[in-house]
Amino acid sequence: MAGPRSDHHVILRVVAKPLIPIIALFALYVHFHGDYSPGGGFQAGVIIVVAVVLYALVFGITPAMRAVPPVFARSLAALGFIIFAGVGVWALVMGGNFLDYDVLFNEEPGGHMGQHYGIIAVEVGVLFAVAGSMLSIFYAFAGRVTEIKDEDW
Amino acid sequence: MMDWILQIAPAFAEAHAPALLILLPMLAGPIAAFLPGGGRVAWIMTVVVTGLCTLLSLILLAQVRSIEGGAIISYAMGGWAPPHGIEFRIDALNVLILLLVSVIAFLTSIFGWPTIKAEIADGKRAMFFGAFQVCFMGLLGVAATGDAFNLFVFLELSSIATYVLVALGSGRDRRALPAAINYLLMGTIGASFYVVGVGFLYAATGTLNMADLAVQLQDVGGNRAVQVGFAFILVGLGLKAAMFPLHQWLPNAYSYSPSFVTAFLAATATKVAIYAMVRFLFSVFSLDFAFEGMSLALILAPMGIAAMLACSFQAIFQADIRRTLAYSSVAQVGYMLLGISLGTAAGVSAGMFHLVNHALMKGALFMAVAGAVLTYQGTRIHDFAGLGRRAPWTMTAFAIAGLSLIGVPLTAGFQSKFALVSALLESGWWWAALLVVFSSVLAVIYMGRILEAVFFRAPANPHKEHGEAPLLILVPLWILAIANIWVGVDGGFVYGLATDAAEALFIGGAS
Repeated sequence: MAGPRSDHHVILRVVAKPLIPIIALFALYVHFHGDYSPGGGFQAGVIIVVAVVLYALVFGITPAMRAVPPVFARSLAALGFIIFAGVGVWALVMGGNFLDYDVLFNEEPGGHMGQHYGIIAVEVGVLFAVAGSMLSIFYAFAGRVTEIKDEDW
Repeated sequence: MMDWILQIAPAFAEAHAPALLILLPMLAGPIAAFLPGGGRVAWIMTVVVTGLCTLLSLILLAQVRSIEGGAIISYAMGGWAPPHGIEFRIDALNVLILLLVSVIAFLTSIFGWPTIKAEIADGKRAMFFGAFQVCFMGLLGVAATGDAFNLFVFLELSSIATYVLVALGSGRDRRALPAAINYLLMGTIGASFYVVGVGFLYAATGTLNMADLAVQLQDVGGNRAVQVGFAFILVGLGLKAAMFPLHQWLPNAYSYSPSFVTAFLAATATKVAIYAMVRFLFSVFSLDFAFEGMSLALILAPMGIAAMLACSFQAIFQADIRRTLAYSSVAQVGYMLLGISLGTAAGVSAGMFHLVNHALMKGALFMAVAGAVLTYQGTRIHDFAGLGRRAPWTMTAFAIAGLSLIGVPLTAGFQSKFALVSALLESGWWWAALLVVFSSVLAVIYMGRILEAVFFRAPANPHKEHGEAPLLILVPLWILAIANIWVGVDGGFVYGLATDAAEALFIGGAS
């Protein structure tokens, strides 16, 4: 693994740099197409993490952890879980069953806005949860010693 | 008789009880992980959530029992009607499990604080409670769901959280780490076997809803794919339930995990897996299938008996109290499997009755051990010598639960073993009844060793301080101990629940 200032792997770094934002953008594409084509939060979450992992592989684990701190990854995972359950609670509050998207916006029968935005909101939760946990797992394996200080939790 | 609960409960809670039961810990888990204050706030939140879940289970119980013969409550997740959507389906069988899991979770989380303060590092406690809530949610979900694949998801949720909880015992004993990895490997194999089995059933029938599966399977009959699916599911759930030759993960996981986790898992985790097994054996598949009758007689019964004898013997030779109790747990799973393998309503209700009682006694035993460990830091039988005089309240409760484990009259253990023996005799398995009695004699030996040391031997090291466990431990401990006596004196209520549960399977049949 090359350190940030080492001179070999120049080509690798030059090529990787523009790729990273494209990968992240592609993740969002996969995410927002998830409700009517293959894709969705899970795949998008993995792809977003690929961007971070690539950064960590090329520029080193420490800069990656500075850019996306482990505690952020952990919090993201929990936040995703809460968003998912939160959409369910929203449906409950609006008088439907748990996760019943039809009632989310009090639409007329036949309206599909609830189904459309409901699934995207849930998938955002999945995206966060998957990205957060994948990254936490990667960090846990890649930076075995120092990164999880007890204050980090 | 429980209608008053329905009258005072809010209508919202009644309408959505199955979803709220899962939703509360699902929301509370990730929130708890962030709460500051060294875990104290997270702990209070856990107690509140498990308490609310207990109330919700009571509401469900009242709803199920509001009709003679037991109502079936179906809750369509996301408003998608079953069999296509995911269904939560509560009947007399799983309401018993839901109630058991949430009551035990409530009592153990009250009891947990002093032991967690002693065993888990400051910064990890909030995360610990987060993981506990996820584990709790998973167990409830397994019990509540009516969808075979959804069951797998919840099974994995609870298991993965359990591996974390077991590994956190490393603060007290480093051997918790290999125990957790071992459990992870075995548990993952079990879960994948289960999901492979569900895959075969899906291939054969095209449905995942359990009630629908039961109907479709009647048509498909003894198809080879169905048989293979059955075998995979039985082995997978058997691993999770610590069925005899597949129990190797259990003793270490129970011995080295934090005291709180041991008390909770011993009383709930294997029970939920046994519930799932019963659900598949009698509700999804039915005794009409020849291969099922064979597997009951040729696999479950011998394995149950082997567990009863072999693991009771192993329990006798353990020096560590928690290991003794862990091996005894496997032996008790054997009793339950033996009851279930009879394939009669009496047998299954004896199995379920013993399941509940075993949760009561093992919960109390592990709580008492945790109380003693808290003040002394030793878990060998040798360390417990003379503890009866130093900590009479803790150890009296321990003794009550221990007697219940042996099956002494006027305790819960006697009632359920009596039910089991009667069911065995009813089916003409007198030899198995004799073996149950013999295994109880083994229980006299292994519990007797501990009780003798506790009450009649002089303290091993008089300079080391023993003391009574704190009140937070004593109260839930005694609630469980008194529950043991109450069920032992008047087993009618719990036995009634277990009988209803078994009848829901046999009379409700495939539905």
